Amino acid sequence: MASNAAARDTDWEGVRLHIVTGKGGTGKTTVAAALALALADGGRRVLLAEVEGRQGICQAMDVAPLGPSERRIAHAAGGGEVYGLAVDAKAALMEYLQTFYKLGRAGGVLEKFGAVDFATTIAPGVRDVLLIGKVYEAVRRRRDPRAKDPKAPPAYDAVVLDAPPTGRIVRFLNVNHEVADLARVGPIRSQADSITKLLRSPRTVVHVVTLLEEMPVQETVDAVDELRVAHLPVGGVVVNQVRDQALPEPALSAAGRSASDHEAGAADLTRAGVKATDALVAGLLSEAADHAARVALERQEGETVDALERPTYRLPALPEGVDANSIRMLAQALAEQGMA
Amino acid sequence: MTSRRSNRSNSGATLDVDALIADPNTRIVVCCGAGGVGKTTTAAALGLRAAEQGRHVVVLTIDPARRLAQSLGLTSLDNTPRPVKGIDDTAGGSLDAMMLDMKRTFDEVVQAHSTPEKAEQILSNPFYQAVSSSFAGTQEYMAMEKLGQLRARADRDGSWDLIVVDTPPSRSALDFLDAPKRLGSFLDGRFIRVLTAPAKAGGRAYLKMFSAGVNLVTTTLTKVLGGQVLTDVQTFVAALDTMFGGFRQRAEQTYALLQAGGTAFLVVAAPEQDALREASYFLDRLAEERMPLAGVVINRMYRVTATGLSSGRALAAAEQLADEPTENATSTSPTTEGLLRLHAAHAEIASRHKTLATRFTAGQPGIPVVEVPAAAEDIHDVDGLRAIGVALAGG
Repeated sequence: MASNAAARDTDWEGVRLHIVTGKGGTGKTTVAAALALALADGGRRVLLAEVEGRQGICQAMDVAPLGPSERRIAHAAGGGEVYGLAVDAKAALMEYLQTFYKLGRAGGVLEKFGAVDFATTIAPGVRDVLLIGKVYEAVRRRRDPRAKDPKAPPAYDAVVLDAPPTGRIVRFLNVNHEVADLARVGPIRSQADSITKLLRSPRTVVHVVTLLEEMPVQETVDAVDELRVAHLPVGGVVVNQVRDQALPEPALSAAGRSASDHEAGAADLTRAGVKATDALVAGLLSEAADHAARVALERQEGETVDALERPTYRLPALPEGVDANSIRMLAQALAEQGMA
Repeated sequence: MTSRRSNRSNSGATLDVDALIADPNTRIVVCCGAGGVGKTTTAAALGLRAAEQGRHVVVLTIDPARRLAQSLGLTSLDNTPRPVKGIDDTAGGSLDAMMLDMKRTFDEVVQAHSTPEKAEQILSNPFYQAVSSSFAGTQEYMAMEKLGQLRARADRDGSWDLIVVDTPPSRSALDFLDAPKRLGSFLDGRFIRVLTAPAKAGGRAYLKMFSAGVNLVTTTLTKVLGGQVLTDVQTFVAALDTMFGGFRQRAEQTYALLQAGGTAFLVVAAPEQDALREASYFLDRLAEERMPLAGVVINRMYRVTATGLSSGRALAAAEQLADEPTENATSTSPTTEGLLRLHAAHAEIASRHKTLATRFTAGQPGIPVVEVPAAAEDIHDVDGLRAIGVALAGG
């Protein structure tokens, strides 16, 4: 069986649901896509899902827009497959009603009465319940829908969720817990309880994507705290867009300190065929000083990330932007570092 | 102040931020954009600049980064505008800032619009507590409510002549604009009658009108939600029922206020494909809603200081130094080579940013744009905000 054949030594053995969050602009969709590809390596089936209706996955993976039904969007080595899904609250509600209650005509009446719209757009929270509910269903689904054996192979070896940003993540994941407080008994309660159980179990991890900048790191630290308080399992920290250091350390800190640097640099430039005006030399030195300041800041932020004591993965900056090919390269980098 | 043409976009119109904030008719500026593009910073910098030019400004932020909040003096979430210290008030202006507390805003609405007994009943309802404090979606309604309140107070006592708002980090772009419409469709829809029917006097007779459908809906809801939950929801909706109308009315007023002259929307973006795509989406949505657009701010534009040396030439020169015969090399050669490589990398990014910005501007003809250079460090004090303000004004 594919899922057993591909067993390997990773930091997240046994995890079925990888939730990827991060401050807006840190590249969490890219990281989620790379992680899905890495997990699919070696013949596994992986579902990559988004819940915010942004169609970020299809843009990152360069495929047609995703819909509420799952579709294969990429192949990985060894027969691995990545499926894509844009979870839609309304479709999830209709499916839920049909599966659990066999509603038929009554479902249509709910729709006609505005109950469906109410649930998916106005009633705060219900939307999140439905979105996570669909992800939960995908995690639990069996390859053979009639299989009763709890050990029967799952439909997906892993599910990767491109989740809401750090500012909203705990509220989003904890929504079922809130619901459980409201519904003390009944079908909603048991559904909410099972989802909460999955989210808090070792089968789930929440990874946080960050950049080595102050605000994203601060949000990462806050999110890790909040996740812990909410009993949600904190996964790894992915440091995205790490720049290589173009200058050797001593040169960096020494650059531009004295007038002789200026003259010697000008002479070097002239030898290299560059017209070394004062403005150009001063400009290069000031760029180096800015760079040194940024490197120092990055180092400091890196220490803050290390202090979280979570498995940390680093992905290189891609100056030419991200496309489907570079995501494969990032997937490889994640696999090499043991994330998948 | 001398304006540097290089800060302005090559094609298309330039966004004149100073003219916008100098115009006394500008009463509200709304900053919207994708997450992580510097929306809150832009709102704060704009507010500061306006205040230092003599406006009486209040900045309403929804979810600012902690250190930025501290720089504005927002150490606590008390839902009340507080004066920002450290501003230059020689032009006679003032700057207040506040951070939205959605639960508190909701509580205040309940207390202001119902009797003490009824307010007590609503505030202690478990549904109310969950909805007002922890659920997504509430933030958008409350941001609208708060904006309306600030504007009403500004009109009443003249505390402010300019309100700068940064929009909630909604999952979909302009959710907060949809708030009144959604509420309206709910209140005018049939579903609310199902939810409130049992609590209304004479409900039975009223129900007969469409009892078949209602019965089916109620039965289904009971089956799905469980009887207890349905009863709780009904109690909650019935308790809020009398307030919904007023709530909608105010949301609609705020919506109309946004459409009216005196409001300006700024779409904030960053020079990355995703952020610019979102910005285009915002522009479409604003046009669709007939919201007055002031222009687009493209933040975090990478710039090189050593202008005039292209990435390619810098790289070629670096390679030449690396390949130099040892007798020609100096002790500083490796450093100079490093400087050139660093410059090459930076020039590459700068040129990519410029290309993205130019392409965006060309695709949005007639929409005023201003580009703001990337700051070397994170912004977390009034001086940093002031520098961003200068850049916003194209200087």
